Amino acid sequence: MLKRAMHEKTLTELSDALAAKQISARELTEHYLGRIEQLDADLNAFVTVTAEQALAQANAADERRAGGTATALTGIPIAHKDIFCTTGIKTSCGSRMLDNFVSPYNASIVAKLEDAGVVMLGKTNMDEFAMGSSNETSFYGPVRNPWDLERVPGGSSGGSAAAVAAGLCGGATGTDTGGSIRQPAALTGLTGLKPTYGRASRYGMIAFASSLDQAGTLTRSAADAALLMQTMAGFDANDSTSLADPVPDYVTEIESPWEKLRIGVPENFFDDGLDAENAAAVRASLDVFEKLGATIKSVQLEHVHLSVPVYYVVAPAEASSNLSRYDGVRFGHRAEGADDLIEFYMRTRAEGFGAEVKRRILTGTYVLSAGYYDAYYLQAQKARQLIAEDFKRAFADVDLIAGPTTPTPAFPIGQKVGDPIEMYLNDIYTIGANLAGLPAMSIPCGFVSGLPVGLQLIAPHLAEGRLLKAAHHFQLHTDWHRQVPEAYA
Amino acid sequence: MSTASEFCAVSLTPEDVKKLCALARLEIGPDEIRDLSAKLSDIMRLVGELQAQDTQGVDPMAHPLERPQRLRPDAVTETNARDLYQANAPLVEQGLYLVPKVIE
Repeated sequence: MLKRAMHEKTLTELSDALAAKQISARELTEHYLGRIEQLDADLNAFVTVTAEQALAQANAADERRAGGTATALTGIPIAHKDIFCTTGIKTSCGSRMLDNFVSPYNASIVAKLEDAGVVMLGKTNMDEFAMGSSNETSFYGPVRNPWDLERVPGGSSGGSAAAVAAGLCGGATGTDTGGSIRQPAALTGLTGLKPTYGRASRYGMIAFASSLDQAGTLTRSAADAALLMQTMAGFDANDSTSLADPVPDYVTEIESPWEKLRIGVPENFFDDGLDAENAAAVRASLDVFEKLGATIKSVQLEHVHLSVPVYYVVAPAEASSNLSRYDGVRFGHRAEGADDLIEFYMRTRAEGFGAEVKRRILTGTYVLSAGYYDAYYLQAQKARQLIAEDFKRAFADVDLIAGPTTPTPAFPIGQKVGDPIEMYLNDIYTIGANLAGLPAMSIPCGFVSGLPVGLQLIAPHLAEGRLLKAAHHFQLHTDWHRQVPEAYA
Repeated sequence: MSTASEFCAVSLTPEDVKKLCALARLEIGPDEIRDLSAKLSDIMRLVGELQAQDTQGVDPMAHPLERPQRLRPDAVTETNARDLYQANAPLVEQGLYLVPKVIE
């Protein structure tokens, strides 16, 4: 029989329960909708709850189950980060600029999951245009961490993280440009997967920094991440950077017998900026891998200290270009009463964007402006190459790279939001994988003062199967990922 | 072209910020400019660390997987969905987007 409460189950367990007819999609959906109604006022994890559509999708899923055409995901209730376009439903990207935007189309990953029979419970809160590491830059207010309501859940996919961690949905989508899946996963005790750049379609995912943005998942386990990514990954003609490489069977691959892995540890990740107890938890998890038969060796990522400076040239540069589309003419917020077109643009954008988004647009405008391009953008793209080459060299000797996901556990709301630099340094360990386009995960590896911390695993391009399998085997031998915050048990 | 050392010490004056705001089409209130120039100067100091890195002979990254951009056949694939898209527009008339007067 089912020992855990329904909302503490993994997607894999829920899928089995649906298949065995122990529960219907309708019951499951009603259960989660009830929890959202009861608990989300404190958490602020959802921007939009789509109860009516969810129940209709659940009914359809039950019919499909009865008709024998179900997939493993048919009837599974999840939530989408509000950066993914959803037909006929508000898609705000956490911004006043898009507060009135109702998407005329579905993002490709939303459509793929919908085709598989997934039930969408709603759209989750996020840092405005995914720019932030604490979910405090959202137009809809901060999201609170279910492990401690006075603390941030991380960001930018903080609403997705809080919703899964509090059992308001079974799993959720997120996006990761510099750590926006892995960092909130670490701070809320979840498994976060950012696949290889190009593995999951970016079509219909509102653009922040196009050479770095990637869609992924926040779930209770690596097996759940495999289950969702199995459907989300794959070629999409609508995304010019989508990879045509076939999608391996992750779900089967993670269950295959453990092979000896060589795991590289970049010692410069264990620097003064890393909390000592956080470091100890990460080291202890490496011992678990060693007991499983993995070889642990140190690797050199000589230029990785340049990750944050490179990122804060490349990402704002691309953002300033991407966000130039918000002009108040065709969709989104529009200022009233402007006399001429320039004033109209300037006021529309001043009213529509929040402080952090403005800072990044201005940074990007600066580094791309005439005379500065070579010194900043071109120099950053060269340094980015050096960082990517470091990873490539390291992967000649090791199968995976492991280290901390974040410098500290979740910090108090309000502590860092006034100081952009301090906020930016939260992503110091995660940005490298984005710059090099590598798949990476964060998995729970312990607690510091009652707050979860994460172990980061990074793999070579397209080695999601290896990454997920290592994480899955770690989770077969640990139970950090099965811990739930007491107030939401 | 300016030398790298000039960029290391970059600090943005309120005047620089006003110019940038005009380029980026962002209206900024007079009370915001001081804080913004201080924070943007902090960001440029962080970014300035890059200037010390020797990148001679390094090719700038064009794509993280070293793959070329895919091209598609030059054929019409989309159908006209103007009404659907204009449902999100703040102000339209007879299928046209309305904006403030551009020419006097």
